[in-house]
Amino acid sequence: MGGQKKTIGFTLNGRRVAADIGVHQNLTEVLQEEFGLFGARESCGQGLCGCCTVLVNGIAVTSCLSLAAFADGADITTIEGIADGETLSAEQDAFIETGALQCGYCTPGFILMTKQLLDENPDPDDDAIMHYLSGNLCRCGAYPEILKAVKLAAQKRKAG
Amino acid sequence: MPGVHHVITGEDVKKVLPEPYYGPAFHDQPILALDKVRHFGEPVAVVLATDPHIAETAAQRIVVDYEELPAVFDEVEALTSDVIVHEELKPAGTFADLKHLAGKRDTNIALDYHLRHGDADKAFADAEHVFEHTFRTQQTMHTPFEPMVALADVRNDHATVYSSTQGPSFVRFELARLLGWPESNVRIKTAHLGGGFGAKVYVKVEALAMALSLIAHRPVRVALTMEEQFYTITKHPSTFRIQSAVDKDGKVIGRKCEVWWNGGAYADIGPRVTQKSGFTAAGPYDIDNVAIDSYALYTNRPPAGALRGFGIPQLVWAYESHTDIIARELGIDPIAFRKQNILRNGRPQAVGTIVKDGEFEAVLDGVAERMNWNRPFDKGSGTKLRGRGVGLGFKASISPTTSSAIVSVNADGSCIVYCSTVDMGQESDTAMAQIASEVLDIPIEKIRVVNPDTDVTPYDMSTLGSRSTFHMGHAVRLAAGDARDKLHAMAEEVGMPEGSNAPLPELFIRKFGMRAGAIVGSANYIPEFSPPNYDTGQSTNATPFWMIGATGAEVEVDTETGQLTILRLVNVCDIGTPINPIVVETQISGAAVMQLGFTLTENMVIENGQLTNPSLADYKIPGFFDMPDTMENGYIDAVQENGPFGAKGAGESGTFGVSPAIANAIDDAVGVRISEMPITAEAVFRALREKQGKPLEEN
Repeated sequence: MGGQKKTIGFTLNGRRVAADIGVHQNLTEVLQEEFGLFGARESCGQGLCGCCTVLVNGIAVTSCLSLAAFADGADITTIEGIADGETLSAEQDAFIETGALQCGYCTPGFILMTKQLLDENPDPDDDAIMHYLSGNLCRCGAYPEILKAVKLAAQKRKAG
Repeated sequence: MPGVHHVITGEDVKKVLPEPYYGPAFHDQPILALDKVRHFGEPVAVVLATDPHIAETAAQRIVVDYEELPAVFDEVEALTSDVIVHEELKPAGTFADLKHLAGKRDTNIALDYHLRHGDADKAFADAEHVFEHTFRTQQTMHTPFEPMVALADVRNDHATVYSSTQGPSFVRFELARLLGWPESNVRIKTAHLGGGFGAKVYVKVEALAMALSLIAHRPVRVALTMEEQFYTITKHPSTFRIQSAVDKDGKVIGRKCEVWWNGGAYADIGPRVTQKSGFTAAGPYDIDNVAIDSYALYTNRPPAGALRGFGIPQLVWAYESHTDIIARELGIDPIAFRKQNILRNGRPQAVGTIVKDGEFEAVLDGVAERMNWNRPFDKGSGTKLRGRGVGLGFKASISPTTSSAIVSVNADGSCIVYCSTVDMGQESDTAMAQIASEVLDIPIEKIRVVNPDTDVTPYDMSTLGSRSTFHMGHAVRLAAGDARDKLHAMAEEVGMPEGSNAPLPELFIRKFGMRAGAIVGSANYIPEFSPPNYDTGQSTNATPFWMIGATGAEVEVDTETGQLTILRLVNVCDIGTPINPIVVETQISGAAVMQLGFTLTENMVIENGQLTNPSLADYKIPGFFDMPDTMENGYIDAVQENGPFGAKGAGESGTFGVSPAIANAIDDAVGVRISEMPITAEAVFRALREKQGKPLEEN
């Protein structure tokens, strides 16, 4: 609110940044308002849909439930930061090639979770994929295509 | 409180907008509640603050004194209840067939629709068998993941609203009416939406944002939370009593349908649901004698409107469950029984319109083939029993509606398409670009489809009801054709030989001496239509096309728990000739997944007049583990003769058959009939215990 402010510094998509934030603000808000990054977006507001997923120190978190103040000193990666310049990541390419999105609102969350999954398990079977991504929801119901996308991303990473 | 600018109630809105009521069918919905709150969750006051956290904290300090009034929540009770939701009915005048309701008092009936085809009473008197069943559906919500949002900036007699709307042209019309301004003083801009599914049609938060900006003299942003969406718009709960008269050979000779639609406290587009869905209530069958009575009712629930199918999934749930029960009781194979009675091209549908390009039988066959219907089926054993079932549904297009488009060819040979169709994941931008590309022979990479902006993109009725591919597809096709004709004329004028394939940039340079100028084509499209007779509901041309979808389900029921596993779900549709086959398949698939949620888990639970579960924590939409073990989606080879490149709508057809296919499969597996959605494990278990003569106590 008008209330307490705090200055935090962190690494955002590989760049050192600082921001004056309200101590009550969550990370989704700060990414949107201070840095114009709208890839992580609030939908359910309860950490259930995964639309607000970002990577904090390499771990996927629901940014709508994360106080921005705790990002002080952290290394944060958002969907905007996973491409290498103009070259999309294997996961991004795979989602596009398989048509694994309709409205796209949930897609950044799915892609970041896919990246984390494939970092941990380069060759997941269907059950492992579904289990890992079960905390992300897609209202357009693109689950069959998302399953294909994750498998294609795994192939691309191996080939790449 | 520091940071708070205004606290605004309905009375404050009335000071700047003397008649602050909106709605597409009735002007019944106040921008903020006036005099009476009609449903839980209805907005009564607004805090404007510089920061949403301040606004939220301040809003929690508002104390409202309510005088408690009696309420009605059930659609059947609403028909005869002493509780009257609206003292007086105020039709918007937009729809000619609602005008007779103007000023009507002491009723909750927002619309009654009646259809009479042949002589149903005589058919029932002549029948060998008569069947009667009642089915119900629950209240559900679209839950688009991008919650509704509008930012309004009203100043100097001009309103600009950035909105997550599916219907920018209608929002412009309605805000201009509320303000008493010409439509040219109201500008609605939108972009790609994070889902819509019918939640974002007509006016949602835009009138409130506009009124607040008018009061505050500065831009105002209204962004709903997921919870608030549950109070904004929902899917109609319904009760459907259906009766059939069947002759000794298994031919359905008569059908009577009574449908009660629970429209909630404000009509929204519910009256259209009642009528447009109403006339297909007897199902995709060739029945000579049909009587339909369909009622849109006001109740004290949140408003109900359009949700992916405009009421059709509620109807198919009932008529395909009913049809299946008849087949089983007569000992006829459910597919064979349907085929014996199915509607075919050249025959009149109950509304009196001759069916054309409606491949009902091919769609049903498509499901049966993929399910190997004629091969033996493993029915399971012990406590895990298996069954299979089908459901076939259809829908008429909302008609008559208009789409307009502008296609501009630039001097470098690239092209811009201006249309107000809103892309919310159905890939309409892709379809429109493909159509312009095909007509103009310009590569798709050089075509841009502009985001809707009512100052720039011309009128469109709305992005709803799977109407865009057909209606806007035609408008873009015609506008591109207009531009192509002008390019040909220009080529002739500058002396290029007929049929010349000179590149477009060369043509512009020849004409204008440099890379300059633009060739602009435009078109309006409205299909032919005959309005229905009020007394009989009959129309010789009720729809420009029929959408058809069927689903086959294989399920396994755990008889110890009622737990249901969907082993297989097959969805086949008639979508004409697809403009983009991949997009069409994902639309069918996504529609079926959404309907799976409405069938199995989604339910707005109301206790003591309050909604208990307005969040994704307690309102369960499908996730990865709710997917069927296998799912197949497809469409049959078909051509919609009057459609753009043979196409017709495809966004809703995948929803139609899902719910009854599952209920029919459960009946096939364990011999119990579920007649009310959602089909939970508890519902199945209760039905199993009932069948065993050991019913469980009610909650």
